[in-house]
Amino acid sequence: MTKTFRIGGIHPPESKLSAGQGIIPLGIPARVVVPMWQHIGTPANPLVQKGTRVKVGTLLGEAAGFISAGVHSPVSGTVEKIDTVIDASGYKRPAIHIEVEGDEWEENIDHSIAIVRNCTLTPEQIIRKIATAGIVGMGGATFPTHVKLSLSPPLATCAEILIINAVECEPYLTADHALMLSKGEEILIGISLLMQAVKVRRAVIGIEKNKPDAINLLSELIKRFEGIEVIPLKVQYPQGGEKQLIDAVLRRQIKSGALPISVGAVVQNIGTAFAVYEAVQKNKPLIERIVTVTGKTLAKPSNFRVRIGTPVVALIEAAGGLPKDTGKIIGGGPMMGKALISTDVPVTKGTSGILLLTRKESVRQEESNCIRCAKCINACPMGLNPTLLSTAAEFTQWEMAEKNYIVDCIECGSCSYTCPAARPLLDHIRQGKNKVMGIIRARKATNV
Amino acid sequence: MWYVSSSPHIHSGDTVSKNMLSVLVALIPACIVALYYYGLGMLMVTTVSVVSCVAVEWAIQKYLMRKTSTINDGSAILTGVLLALNLPSNLPVWIVIVGAIAAIGIGKMPFGGLGNNIFNPALVGRIFLLISFPAQMTTWPVPGFFPMDYTDAETGATLLTVLQSGGATALPQGVGSLLSGDMGGSLGLAGGVAMIGGLCYMLVRKTITWHIPLSVMASTILFTGVMHAVDPTQYISPLIHLFSGGLLLGAIFMATDYVTSPMTPVGMLVYGAGIGLLTAIIRLFGAYPEGMAFAILIMNACTPLINTYTKPKHFGGC
Amino acid sequence: MIVTATLSLGMIGAVGATLLYVVSKKFEVEEDPRIELVLEALPSANCGGCGYAGCGGFAAACVGVKTLDGLLCPVGGKAVMEKIGGILGIAGLSEGVEPLVAVVRCGGERNVRSKTNTYNGVQQCSIVSGLYGGETRCTFGCLGYGDCAEACSFGAIVVNSETGLAEVDEERCTACGACVKVCPKGIIELRKKGPKNRRVIIPCSNEEKGATCRKVCGRACIGCGRCAKECRFEAIVVDNNLARIDHTKCKLCRKCVEVCPQGIIREINFPARKKEDTKEAESLRA
Repeated sequence: MTKTFRIGGIHPPESKLSAGQGIIPLGIPARVVVPMWQHIGTPANPLVQKGTRVKVGTLLGEAAGFISAGVHSPVSGTVEKIDTVIDASGYKRPAIHIEVEGDEWEENIDHSIAIVRNCTLTPEQIIRKIATAGIVGMGGATFPTHVKLSLSPPLATCAEILIINAVECEPYLTADHALMLSKGEEILIGISLLMQAVKVRRAVIGIEKNKPDAINLLSELIKRFEGIEVIPLKVQYPQGGEKQLIDAVLRRQIKSGALPISVGAVVQNIGTAFAVYEAVQKNKPLIERIVTVTGKTLAKPSNFRVRIGTPVVALIEAAGGLPKDTGKIIGGGPMMGKALISTDVPVTKGTSGILLLTRKESVRQEESNCIRCAKCINACPMGLNPTLLSTAAEFTQWEMAEKNYIVDCIECGSCSYTCPAARPLLDHIRQGKNKVMGIIRARKATNV
Repeated sequence: MWYVSSSPHIHSGDTVSKNMLSVLVALIPACIVALYYYGLGMLMVTTVSVVSCVAVEWAIQKYLMRKTSTINDGSAILTGVLLALNLPSNLPVWIVIVGAIAAIGIGKMPFGGLGNNIFNPALVGRIFLLISFPAQMTTWPVPGFFPMDYTDAETGATLLTVLQSGGATALPQGVGSLLSGDMGGSLGLAGGVAMIGGLCYMLVRKTITWHIPLSVMASTILFTGVMHAVDPTQYISPLIHLFSGGLLLGAIFMATDYVTSPMTPVGMLVYGAGIGLLTAIIRLFGAYPEGMAFAILIMNACTPLINTYTKPKHFGGC
Repeated sequence: MIVTATLSLGMIGAVGATLLYVVSKKFEVEEDPRIELVLEALPSANCGGCGYAGCGGFAAACVGVKTLDGLLCPVGGKAVMEKIGGILGIAGLSEGVEPLVAVVRCGGERNVRSKTNTYNGVQQCSIVSGLYGGETRCTFGCLGYGDCAEACSFGAIVVNSETGLAEVDEERCTACGACVKVCPKGIIELRKKGPKNRRVIIPCSNEEKGATCRKVCGRACIGCGRCAKECRFEAIVVDNNLARIDHTKCKLCRKCVEVCPQGIIREINFPARKKEDTKEAESLRA
């Protein structure tokens, strides 16, 4: 039987409209806006001034603090201003505006397509190179990769396996799929580098069975590599969740509040593995990424290779222009993505897709009473009781919410998705989770 | 101008009315069997029951609660059909209407409508009628082949009533007639095969899970089986218990009512086992020949408690 | 028969009574009887404005202290605190308490603050503010989903469906501060109610630069500082492109109202100005 995770899960229509489309490099726009805060943690500190000439790969902002990542210039040109940009949530964030001139790269970057296979670096050197390149989790979580790799576990347990997340369980998105098909070998080299960095002998790539071509290709390519294995997984959402993927692959469940390392696993996204290859072997910082632009009424759903900082509108134009009946623009997939308030927001390191929903698809159904059908309970991949948590959060019963593990919620949205009464379960749970996490933090602070 | 909302941005498209419709579809075989054996009477009782349930809900929401009507969700229709299946086919129209008023007006709306009721509305209606009109509720027409008579139908006793008075030796029919539904009783006591067909449909459609129906059946078989093993002359075989009376109707369609049953798999098993046990006790030792309705209502009352004490299996064990 | 019944029932009763007596003695919780008295003096709105969990918590806190300094029932005010002092035999508040009132620092009505998107989700300020900046481009202003109204025990704050803004009913407001705590944008504050309920407020919280906020809202404080310059009592400070009136220093001269180029400074409960005054103000504004 094909492996999958054992608790809950749903199967939304896959709608992978852009599957099988190759990667199209998108032209460099005339002006890019590079936000200083594209990762979880502290925003980067701008290093350049107005008027500074930058090349592709020039460090624009340095990592500020332990959990942070550097930001590099995705284009060559002149810094127009150091200002702000309205991000996806409507708030202003510090950003560097660059006027593009030509396409001149920093000298040490090898941006040819030649594959560099050998690497003689030590784990520490690899991690340092990853840090220098400003790589973050490419699946959308955007946690700085070097921090994740060097978060050495509290002694005792040591990593024994590297799990590569090539699940791409979000409907519509095909960026990772396209990347695997076109950059298979590079990805595998990247995985070998990651294995060296975390000192493990074994790596598995989890791929859902709806990508048979990628499974076949990688299964063929891994013969040349040692210790890498491809595991086809049953299509089920949210298999790309870290905990769910580990359960699917290893049959081990992480305890509430623990990290993957507690069961000996380190999980990295397949896009991250590719970025690691480019950073370590080619000295190329994270300045571009693959973005799926898709939607049912969009003329040409495609996978683009896009420079960071390109406005979303440029991607939509390249995919055939904004359809008339567009009701909602989502950065990311339909299950966990974020609705955008304008198309002027720039592509960031975590933008895995741009999804256009029609007006009809955008509007939520009107909610009615909970009929206690328990479909949310059956769907929850964390084994929680979403209807109870949602009610607890709605009526500010924080204690009850905490007792029922509200902080374990991974915000996958399976509960809201299945609810026949169209109750906004996750809206309430998310708020409750934040509140309870705050209460727990405050409690810890007073106890210490 | 775009819409903005938090994730998820797509929905399964499942609705309350789709679920109700799916249960109604699952009831079609049972209704056809009932129509075949009880003919005109079945049509009359079912129509009156459905229409009055919907009307009562509409009227209460419009004039008493002053809320937008939710009759479109189909739950009132379902209550109407289930109530009808719990009634003899020769029941006078006015009694059916009283039953519908009790079901919706007492069992459902005072709690705040669908989703908030503690007891299964259809069963509240049935028990209300059973206690108020014991004579009319316990004389059933003899099943025929699409009989065209209504209140003047020839009447007879049900299998369980016969057994109640005569013990296991009085068993008149074999299991075969139970499976086909050829025996006297309320509308929906007919047709084991039809019921199980409905169950399969709902399981395939994932309207319900297997936990409740199976645990009700299993525990009924277990408890009546133990008694049968102790004294076969006094207590009939568990198989006959399974296919007689309202057990299948109750286990498949009444006990599985979303609102009044527990939400976690473990809770569902506890609930189902409780219904089976109570049914067996009432049938074997109680004053009523039929115990399903009471058993379900009693376990309905326990549902909040079961929900409190049973939690879904949490990721990571603890 | 009757004798046995009487006897057995009597026995059961006796045993039960003894048991109850023993248990009640053993688990008796001693409660200061004064708590009950203090509780009676309190308004029992259980609003939590005092910082304790309801009036019971506050009463217990009052009984436990030597002076009532630092303890205040914002709803009852000075009168209630003096009464409590009387009950407990300790001094009431040393200083007088000035009555306060909640003020919503946003004047961006629907018609002056254009919408850029439509929110389609739970109508709750805390959820919306956790998700994004809101339906308009001003990320500082009132969201208008009414968390404050929900939190108010006195029905003193409601969202006006026409303007989309929270409005305070000063007659009902007890300054308990529940709305201040619950507002995710932090735009509600407690200010002196003022003599004859007169006060001057700047209903804006936007800290963006003048040019930007003028674009997003027609009632925005652009931080020009003319009011601050005009004020002879140093009651107005411009900080982060936003003018704030210090209500403890404001002498209600209303000079600032006249000079504000945006015309957003609001005077409340003042008698209508003489005609020349208004004209003068208008000419200044123009």
